[in-house]
Amino acid sequence: MTDDLIRRGLSRRGLLQTTAGLIGGSVLPAMPAFAEDKPAIGSYPAGVSGSTAFIGISVPRTGTYAVQGEDELKGYQLAIEHINEGHELIKKISPKTSKGVLGKELKFGVADSAAKPNEAVQAQQRFISENKAIMITGGTSSAVAVALNKLAQREHVLFVCGISGSNDTTGKDCVRYGVRQNFFGQTAAAAIGPVMVREFGKGKKAAYLTPDYTYGHTVTKSMQDFLATAGWTTVTNQVAPLGAPDYSSYLLNVANSGADVLINVNWGHDAVLSTQQAKQFGVLDKMKLVVPYQVPFIARETGGLMQGVYAATDYWWTIEDKFPLAKMFNEAFEKKYGYKPEWGAENAYVSFAHWAHMCEEAGSFNPPDVIKVYEKGETIPSLVGDVHYRPEDHQCIRPVIIVKGKQQKDMKNKEDWYDVVEIVPGEGLMQKPDAFGCHLGDYT
Amino acid sequence: MISWPNLVSQLFNGLALGALLALISSGLTIIYGTLGVLNLAHGAMFMIGGYAGFVTYQYTESFILAIIAGSLFVMLLGVVMERTIIRHFYHRPHEDQLLVTFGLGICFVEIIRLIFSSQSQLVPPPAIFQGITNLGFMFYPTYRLAVVGIVAVALGALFIILYRTRLGMIVRAGIEDSVMVDSLGINVYRVFMVVFGIGAMAAGFAGIVNAPVVSLTPGIGDDILVQTFVVVVIGGVGSFPGAILGGLIAGEIISVTSMFNPGYAYVMLFAAMTLVLVVRPHGLLGVQGRE
Repeated sequence: MTDDLIRRGLSRRGLLQTTAGLIGGSVLPAMPAFAEDKPAIGSYPAGVSGSTAFIGISVPRTGTYAVQGEDELKGYQLAIEHINEGHELIKKISPKTSKGVLGKELKFGVADSAAKPNEAVQAQQRFISENKAIMITGGTSSAVAVALNKLAQREHVLFVCGISGSNDTTGKDCVRYGVRQNFFGQTAAAAIGPVMVREFGKGKKAAYLTPDYTYGHTVTKSMQDFLATAGWTTVTNQVAPLGAPDYSSYLLNVANSGADVLINVNWGHDAVLSTQQAKQFGVLDKMKLVVPYQVPFIARETGGLMQGVYAATDYWWTIEDKFPLAKMFNEAFEKKYGYKPEWGAENAYVSFAHWAHMCEEAGSFNPPDVIKVYEKGETIPSLVGDVHYRPEDHQCIRPVIIVKGKQQKDMKNKEDWYDVVEIVPGEGLMQKPDAFGCHLGDYT
Repeated sequence: MISWPNLVSQLFNGLALGALLALISSGLTIIYGTLGVLNLAHGAMFMIGGYAGFVTYQYTESFILAIIAGSLFVMLLGVVMERTIIRHFYHRPHEDQLLVTFGLGICFVEIIRLIFSSQSQLVPPPAIFQGITNLGFMFYPTYRLAVVGIVAVALGALFIILYRTRLGMIVRAGIEDSVMVDSLGINVYRVFMVVFGIGAMAAGFAGIVNAPVVSLTPGIGDDILVQTFVVVVIGGVGSFPGAILGGLIAGEIISVTSMFNPGYAYVMLFAAMTLVLVVRPHGLLGVQGRE
């Protein structure tokens, strides 16, 4: 029977793990087969005592962030596939990776968060307790990221944050057990602000469209703070709920505000819909549009309304001319999924590759050990050049890409939506680690 | 901060929004009024109307054909749904009806997501309605103006069907007392099928007419469903004029509140609904004493 099970792919360690699971996690450290030199913490070592390690993924597959969530999920899946096979690109980021992480094959579960914190927390709690997830990930909504931060700290399971632009994520809501690869809203403001002042001048009047949650408020505040230094004023700030079905009332207020520039802080389908409706209401004929924290899909979904519009983003595929790893990633992604990867996919892929790097460097899945490697702040490769994580707030210091929407006639192919105007280095752009009151919690 | 042009703009915007809500709600209220079924798949019908129209537009590039195809497809879907599923629930508790229609709505959304993905789809307005019109006191998207007209015509057509035809007479009688209509020798179940089809068609029609305004996503019906229910409750469950009145009131509340503080738009909407329920439990134009 044992032979039969092994033939079917169930290893002896897998059998032991299953048996151990039945007996209960509390006795694991006492069992010789699981003897470890580290005390048990969170899902460690229960989650990695077999031949596999499980990751809990929660992305929005429905709701206003569904498109970005699907792109993000594809990035995670490609990263896991590459890590498990020891792909050349993963080895460039995590040189010690052979196959899997520390020789363990990665398995994963996916839950639809619908960009709702409660749903994400419930799903991840299940992945932790039932699947002994050794790492959890998710985001796209900063409200989700902040909620998962708290869960990760409580459960002592590492949370590798997906897309989250709120200043709070690695600011006031930062945790020891959370790391974030993409940048603060404030960083986006600091990167795109000078471009706006250069392009539109000083002393302008700005109208804002702000989604009503942590991400929206912090990005708007960051933009307002930065632009105030150039004499810009806010004539109206229209705060709409996440997933608002219609922006007409908000846009009428914007249209009547006398603003020179509309700063649309919305993201996902909200950004698409509000931009389309801004066009319908003639707002874009009256004032310039800027999207300070931009979702690349907006260009294709608005059918060209981003032409000439400046935006700050995490990733745009044409930077492959400058970054060989980006080229490798784009090729692998496009081969598998049939389109150029966007921000979510890049963020997901790199976040996992970095996590693999940290585990390999730690030589263990033990969370405090892995966190301490993040906190070494060593320079490691990413798709946008070398980056590092700050020990004080676990924020990755990475460049911000400033793009400008291309005119249709200049597009070389159907996915050539943007010109990369500037790649602004992260150093000097990101505010101090304590700027938003980050106090990391304990390791244990 | 409050200027007259801004107030008038928002009042007008409320009218446009209200007209659309009135149309969708009229379908919901006709179905409930006649069949006693609270159709939670109504938002999905609205969404499917948009997608059916979108597909037609892709092939024909005709907005008129898109409207016709979108409406008819959803009407057919409504009829099939009524014949195969809903009719088994007429005499079941309301909670069963709610759950089964809610479930159907989820299925419809996921089927559409499977076929079209979550990316939004664009249906451009007809060429003659593109651009912006100067109304004197404000500039307003021409197509949204057209929507007010189109919806008014559609509501007029529904009114004629309900109040000037034999079918309408039976339907209205059915709203009052379906047992009595049945005992008069009229096959109420065949009427029910038609009523369900008409109610669904109203949602489908609204879906494709609204598509150029909002762009299509699989979840678009979820957003509108809650507002539609509020409209029906304000106007009076089962009342066609109530749906129109409720729609216009809801549109104005959302729009005018948004002028002062958009965050309170829905709060005010639900506050208004609560107030109506306290003062007139059957809604503004609801029929008192109806089971």
